[in-house]
Amino acid sequence: MSVLVIAEHDNASIKDATLNTVTAAKELGDITVLVAGNGCAAAADAAAKIDGVSKVLLADDAAYDHEIAENMGTLVVSLAGDYSHILAPATTNGKNFMPRVAALLDVAQISDIVKVESADTFVRPIYAGNAMATVQSSDEKKIITVRGTAFDAAATEGGSASVEAVASAGDSGKSSFVGEELSVSERPELTSAKVIISGGRGMANGENFAMLEKVADKLGAAIGASRAAVDAGYVPNDMQVGQTGKIVAPELYIAVGISGAIQHLAGMKDSKVIVAINKDEEAPIFQVADYGLVADLFDAVPELEKELG
Amino acid sequence: MKVLVAVKRVIDYNVKIRVKSDNTGVETANVKMSMNPFDEIAVEEAIRLKEAGTATEVVVVSMGVKQSQETIRTALAMGADRGILVETDEDLQPLAVAKLLKGIVEKESPDMIILGKQAIDDDNGQTGQMLGALLDWPQGTFASKVAVADGSVDVTREVDGGLQTVKLSLPAIVTSDLRLNEPRYASLPNIMKAKKKPLETVTPADFGVDVAPRLKTLKVEEPAARSAGIKVETVTELVDKLKNEAKVI
Repeated sequence: MSVLVIAEHDNASIKDATLNTVTAAKELGDITVLVAGNGCAAAADAAAKIDGVSKVLLADDAAYDHEIAENMGTLVVSLAGDYSHILAPATTNGKNFMPRVAALLDVAQISDIVKVESADTFVRPIYAGNAMATVQSSDEKKIITVRGTAFDAAATEGGSASVEAVASAGDSGKSSFVGEELSVSERPELTSAKVIISGGRGMANGENFAMLEKVADKLGAAIGASRAAVDAGYVPNDMQVGQTGKIVAPELYIAVGISGAIQHLAGMKDSKVIVAINKDEEAPIFQVADYGLVADLFDAVPELEKELG
Repeated sequence: MKVLVAVKRVIDYNVKIRVKSDNTGVETANVKMSMNPFDEIAVEEAIRLKEAGTATEVVVVSMGVKQSQETIRTALAMGADRGILVETDEDLQPLAVAKLLKGIVEKESPDMIILGKQAIDDDNGQTGQMLGALLDWPQGTFASKVAVADGSVDVTREVDGGLQTVKLSLPAIVTSDLRLNEPRYASLPNIMKAKKKPLETVTPADFGVDVAPRLKTLKVEEPAARSAGIKVETVTELVDKLKNEAKVI
């Protein structure tokens, strides 16, 4: 069987979510990676080095600037050919164009898989991860998005795939990129960080997140937030961890002033080690924390920073 | 401009779901059902477009069991003009829903379709995009802002790194994210009025669409439970545990 993995990239490099998706694909067959973008040859070269990748397809065209969903959909369908499985990371990009691919091919999509049981059977969370469904596809082609945190990252070195340019499938002319406001940060990305420190409503305001930044600097951590903190306007939406935000699974997750609503737990409960700092000892976050500290965060966080030296 | 909104009846978001003991699914008997929260936001956005004079009519569509009528009535009470129920007892998967919606679109000819970005029961997040592909319409998914101009719509989208804005030619599809708006509560007089608004019932057969499920659910299980760990007394003890026991820092 042969598998097409659609890469998440920034034209210059491959995003980590692609590496997790390659690992999921390894369980299914021989891997070809598609890098579609505008000026993305460097990303294709990086994809060729990923361990386990046999071939890279490069679709370098203005139509794939910012991976506009309409154009990505027709491109992937034009390449779908003999692949038994087509996989993309379940990022906002993958979630945007993959269902179009599935509909154009007249097959179901299997969203957000966390486990490959066999070539046609997969496990995926439903009800925000409060239940796990094992589903079997009867379609000839399997169109799949992959939850990155559920699979290890493939090594970025070790592969020596050939890069082959493919023809553009054209521009739909119905959709165009206008602009973007991306958060600029020196810190690791939330979805790939090894350590995350998150603040909740207990932080009381946005300025207090500076305390978390100091700890994050010492740990090389990313900074997250609960939906309550985002809704209260303390921090921007892209910092949100949870059912309606980002799903993360770092080595260490430190929840500060977060009560532990189901919606938040859905986004971080697969972290390896969870630490909770909260002054309310009844807070549900303590039911999932490996280490709980009942304390006022305004004392504990500065102390933690000091202890970390 | 005519706006079509698709809504789904799901287990209320406040209900803690229970997996059936025979692992065939999730218990839905005697459980409170409501409109999918993202769909409520979609309805609200359509009504706001009408209040702003941009939209002239808001048509609400739902699919599923007879009781989905209640979900449509909720949308009508919020301010939508009329409803269409595609009634079936079949378990409708996103591709089937998208095909049925396509059938309705061909009959109704809306200029814009707004849907929730995903349903909180099966968490698929596919229907809007699939409908876009079937109709060959452009899409603005995960919308946090919708600005209609002459013949086009600018949609600001919540993406992983922040916000992205795309311009779509109309007709177009929009899927709503959480921050698009805050849905209103229907007032009692409006709930009464909604009972008199037109609600048409049709069936999948009317559209000649095969709605047989493509994915078979083999089993549904509880996720692996995470057990509570220990309480530490001091920050010093915490750092010591993280360094020497968990070895994560």
